[in-house]
Amino acid sequence: MNTHDLTYWLFGNLRWSDFPPKSDLIATGAASLVILGALGVVVLLTVTRRWRWLWSEWLTSLDHKKIGIMYIVIAFVMLARAVVEAALMRTQQAVAINAPGVVSPEHFAQLFTTHGSVMIFFMAMPFLSGIINYVMPLQIGARDLTFPFMNAVGLWLTGAGAALVMVSLVIGKFSIGGWSGYPPFTELPFSPGEGVDYWIWAVTLSSLGTTLTGINFAVTLYKERAPGMRLFRLPLFAWTSLCTAILMIFAMPPLTVATALLALDRYAGFHFFTNDLGGNMMNYANLFWLFGHPEVYILILPAFGIWSEVISTFSGKRLYGYKSMVFAVMCIAVLSFTVWLHHFFTMGQSANVNAVFGIATMLIGIPTGVKVYDWLLTMYGGRLRLTAPMLFAVTFLFCFVLGGLSGIILANPPVDFSVHNSLFLVAHFHNMLIPGTLFGMIAGYMFWFPKAFGFRLEETWGRIAWGCWSAGFLLAFLPLYMLGLFGMMRRTAETFRAEYAPWLWTAWGGAGLIVCGLGALIVQLIVSIRRREALAVPVGDPWDGHSLEWWTSSPPPEYNFAVLPKIEETEAFTAMKRRGRAYESPEDYADITMPKHTGLPVMIGAAGFVCAFALTWHIWWAAALGLLAMWGGVVARSFRSDFEHVIPAAQIERENEAWLARARATTPVDRFAELDPANRGKAVERQ
Amino acid sequence: MSDQQSLHAGVNIGRTDPEAHEEAGPVMFGFWVFLMSDLVLFALLLATYSAMSLHGIAGGPTPKDVTDLKSAGIETALLLASSFTFGMASLAQKYRDDRAPMVAWMVATALLGIAFLGFEARDFVKLAEEGHMPQRSGFLSAHFTLLGCHGLHVSAGLVWMAVLFVQMRVPGLERLVRLRIMRLALFWHMLDVVWIAILTFVFLYGAA
Amino acid sequence: MMAQEQAGERRREYRDKLIGLAGAAVLTAASFLLVVLKPVSRDLILAGLGALALAQIGWQFRFFLDIDLRKSHRDDLQLVLFTGLIVALMIGGSLWILFNQHARMG
Repeated sequence: MNTHDLTYWLFGNLRWSDFPPKSDLIATGAASLVILGALGVVVLLTVTRRWRWLWSEWLTSLDHKKIGIMYIVIAFVMLARAVVEAALMRTQQAVAINAPGVVSPEHFAQLFTTHGSVMIFFMAMPFLSGIINYVMPLQIGARDLTFPFMNAVGLWLTGAGAALVMVSLVIGKFSIGGWSGYPPFTELPFSPGEGVDYWIWAVTLSSLGTTLTGINFAVTLYKERAPGMRLFRLPLFAWTSLCTAILMIFAMPPLTVATALLALDRYAGFHFFTNDLGGNMMNYANLFWLFGHPEVYILILPAFGIWSEVISTFSGKRLYGYKSMVFAVMCIAVLSFTVWLHHFFTMGQSANVNAVFGIATMLIGIPTGVKVYDWLLTMYGGRLRLTAPMLFAVTFLFCFVLGGLSGIILANPPVDFSVHNSLFLVAHFHNMLIPGTLFGMIAGYMFWFPKAFGFRLEETWGRIAWGCWSAGFLLAFLPLYMLGLFGMMRRTAETFRAEYAPWLWTAWGGAGLIVCGLGALIVQLIVSIRRREALAVPVGDPWDGHSLEWWTSSPPPEYNFAVLPKIEETEAFTAMKRRGRAYESPEDYADITMPKHTGLPVMIGAAGFVCAFALTWHIWWAAALGLLAMWGGVVARSFRSDFEHVIPAAQIERENEAWLARARATTPVDRFAELDPANRGKAVERQ
Repeated sequence: MSDQQSLHAGVNIGRTDPEAHEEAGPVMFGFWVFLMSDLVLFALLLATYSAMSLHGIAGGPTPKDVTDLKSAGIETALLLASSFTFGMASLAQKYRDDRAPMVAWMVATALLGIAFLGFEARDFVKLAEEGHMPQRSGFLSAHFTLLGCHGLHVSAGLVWMAVLFVQMRVPGLERLVRLRIMRLALFWHMLDVVWIAILTFVFLYGAA
Repeated sequence: MMAQEQAGERRREYRDKLIGLAGAAVLTAASFLLVVLKPVSRDLILAGLGALALAQIGWQFRFFLDIDLRKSHRDDLQLVLFTGLIVALMIGGSLWILFNQHARMG
């Protein structure tokens, strides 16, 4: 065995040259930022002596609320990265008119690939999984998800995927094949090296985690509802969570198949999507979009749920057309499995096929329209409070209708033939995903933040964030519709048309505003933490909420509710308040059994990371070890049975009576004064 | 059927362990959901195979050339029989207080499963010896992947069974092990369903 | 009374497994005979094989996975039926698209 063989056996394809410094300044800067950021966190934790606290309070927790918050932390970190990448891409396109610009074409390709992959798989998905994790069990009156351990495993697999994408900034390079990874470009002859493999394994980890999470959500919603909480008494957010979960369960397998077959092509010389020997890349497009289209609705449905809660709460009204909303969500969920071909109208199938899928696509406009009207009619005649989440909701309604209209245009195959792959398309899907999903997630974060941490977010900075995000979005993406119609193609690193310049610079300005919006969110968080005493809402109902999550202290105890409520109608908490029974002491208390903390999910996530990283670099021994460790962890756990600890009734009684006493003693504040420091978490309708 | 009320599909345990019976509802439903997700995975591999078996030949062997009906018949018989023996194990778990008959049926299941894998491996080796490797054509890639994925599931089922054989002897896991046997039973029967589709659309269609 | 009911259920469930095995054997044998004897045209054989496979899958669900129309099974039944719908959409759509493309790009 010579040295080369030994090096390969030990380190696979990994070489010293794969480590920083990188070829250009920006890439080196990004790598340094990742290293410095990680070091900074380590130093901070060490100096403040928080390691033990982090491990025992957070990382090992199986509490759905803490897992939800950790998901959202991942989402925010990845959001920051992907927004910076977006700003860099806008800068490149603005300056690269008859000029090379600030980054090389290959680096530009890496930017749009990571931006897309990160935003979809490691920003939006963790964000919505986090919010559902936090809110849904509270809304249905449950103590936790049905499978708390599996929930934590899902979190840490997602975290491992996100870590893999971050590591790719430092060691080697990420894919340049776009977020959809189309072969044959992503096949070995055209993309040798580790890039595509990073993408494959990061996405695979995320999709495994998401499948587990989807199963967990669906079973929880079916089996853990409080007594009397029939399906048609669920709050709308819980309904959209259910439909999202169902989409996760059925839409993730196509992605797993697509990436697995691509991996077989790349690693074992199979011929699924190659150009020769019977391979057919169209099947990749087919499989990928069998996942990809339902994925769009996985992203949007939870946001629809959030909008329903936010709009009805801040309008001080019952949600208009509850049943029509529910049926609309179900229709959208099923229809989302019938339209995937519109992502490849131009692939070469006959006009009849295109027509069928085009019509199916337009049909989705109907239930979506129903929802928009329901939201408008919820606001109509209501007493609106234009708080930051509500401002986001109003922006969403305007922008989403606009994006929906451009979607209906694109659903026409002949139109799609002329504008596909142009910036028109980029404008369209950002127009759906930013006001739809991202604004929804931000609104949800602001709406439920006081529940999670016991204090409200500072309002002024919230409004500044709203202003930056909304104006930034409009400036950044409306020009892209025009550029697309002028013929500017997406993913272009350099252009030769001087007349694009004003539009591209406008979009650049918009991207700058979006960066400011991100900054405003960070400032808002810091300011709010500093002023947490003045913003505290310990009673737990700062917005005069409608559903059960507001009927517990802020932050809620580990077991959520001292005694499970008995539900008799929709908007359960409103009903309790109306009858004046919200803060009555229960007749008696019982012991509650909750899951114990365990470090195993973190280990499984770490093993998953090792396996994925090793596969990327062909370090076979480490890959096998990682895989064994993952399954070993699962089997090891199955040999134990002491998963739970009991919280004694006396402790629950003490905690709950303290909260109830405080709630009764607190002076209610009028809904319109809910931003006042007098709001201690007991907002009510003006008498 | 008061105490015999079924909380979930599949064989329930009522009499021998009422507490496990109560606990089973969400756990079994969750496993059903997982199985359905897995079923979609197989469905897509099968769809890929269907297209590849016609369009992905690339001058190489056709489905007819690689179909060994006799071997497929033996494999089908083994797997159907193993489904039956597992069904009997589930009933033994439900109706018999002593563990011996249940263990005996499960050992039979495991042996049938191992025999199935043996025949499948023999098929693969035979194809390889004839030069019909998955790298030869899109069709062969799909053939090996579909069958390999099913075989991998059967192997995982066998590993799971091995773990359960150990756990049956570990005190304190009684109820958990019973619930796991019920889930493994669903898993095993579902692999049978998948095999029916493979038998028909890979082997019988190939030979027809 | 209780014991009698239990004995009845026990007998029924054991009988179900035997029926399940016998039916599975018959359906499988029919499929193989269809291919070996080739009694009708190839198209009819393929259609027949498909029908027999569907019947066999239904049979397995009924007798080994115990899916039936009893009320207490409703959640699982809905789940299986919904999966059937999604699988039909995915397989049907994929084959339609891929065969159509192949015919045109041939």
